Amino acid sequence: MYFGISGEHISPIFLAAIGFLIGLMGGFFGVGGSFLAGPALFAYGVPMNFVVGTDLAHIVGKSIVAAKKHRALGNVDLKLGGIMVIGTITGVEAGAQLIQYLKRHAHIDLIVGSCFIVVLLSIAAFMMWESWRTLRMQNARIEEPAPATERHDESAFDHIAKWIQSLRIPPMVSLPVSGIAEISLWIIIAVAFMGGFFSGFLGGGAGYIRMPSLVYVLGIPTHVAVGTDLFEIMISAGYGTFTHALKGNVDIMIALVMHTGAAIGAQIGAILTQYFAGPRIRLAFVPLPIIGAGIVIYGLITGNHH
Amino acid sequence: MTERARYLKSFAVELGVYGALVTVYFFLVLHFLARWIEHLYRTNTRGYAVAAILLIVGQGIVLEMLTSALLRFIRARKE
Repeated sequence: MYFGISGEHISPIFLAAIGFLIGLMGGFFGVGGSFLAGPALFAYGVPMNFVVGTDLAHIVGKSIVAAKKHRALGNVDLKLGGIMVIGTITGVEAGAQLIQYLKRHAHIDLIVGSCFIVVLLSIAAFMMWESWRTLRMQNARIEEPAPATERHDESAFDHIAKWIQSLRIPPMVSLPVSGIAEISLWIIIAVAFMGGFFSGFLGGGAGYIRMPSLVYVLGIPTHVAVGTDLFEIMISAGYGTFTHALKGNVDIMIALVMHTGAAIGAQIGAILTQYFAGPRIRLAFVPLPIIGAGIVIYGLITGNHH
Repeated sequence: MTERARYLKSFAVELGVYGALVTVYFFLVLHFLARWIEHLYRTNTRGYAVAAILLIVGQGIVLEMLTSALLRFIRARKE
């Protein structure tokens, strides 16, 4: 099938299959899947600026439904999400402007590809460390059980979140839904800016940056962080799609075809979680971003990615 | 038949029905949409940006309703 906007011939079956795989992982692992969608499109010969914009468009369709479901479960802190929108949109625009700058100066594939590789390998390393540590903690708890409260998660980074909450940079805001008495508005905006920047620069919703930041930097409980992150992904991917479309970086036909596979994959992935659970799933997830990084490296080495 | 095998069978049925519907969708909607959206991309960037958002949001909602309905239908038949 010829996609006239990006000028590429891509098999719709390949796109639907990639979408299905991403949807399956989204439902199963709770991730957006841009770490695989981006490299797969890049490896097929789609220019990097179209990879970034098109991946954002494909994520909009998925995130709206997921955010709606989490809102119904009470997992979205709307006050936090509302404040974060300011930083998120500014960050997305900054990332998109950097893409425009790189597009004009012809280094885009190498620079964005290299950043992608660093981020993907960092995610894999962090998840391997985190899941391994959780498995060790679970093994220790078999001997000495220690129940956790619903609105507070145990974390090795608790002291960092508490120190950040104690910084008094006015104005201070309270987040009752997340159980935070006071935190500086500027810190929330800075975290949101960082997530938005990665979303605009590397494509996807950048949940891999924002969600851990919400938990480890701001001290938001995990289930609220997941719901609020999806709300932000909806905003950042929606705004990112619009601004990248204005800059000519979105092939919406590719996104629509990919999404046909993602929609069914997400449903099946969510149901499959009934059979598999726990940190072993996260450990099993580790090879996926490494595969994504391998695809990008292959694309960069071979030049035309095909 | 075990519960897992029954689930796998219902997934396979759902995938088949969904695949058929999506193939029809490819030929009827996306095929005719392609020229119009490409023309919009070349001539009206703002219009294209708005259309892109509306299309992906609309498809997201419609396909979610379709897949949920298929799952409900298959489960209802199984019970």
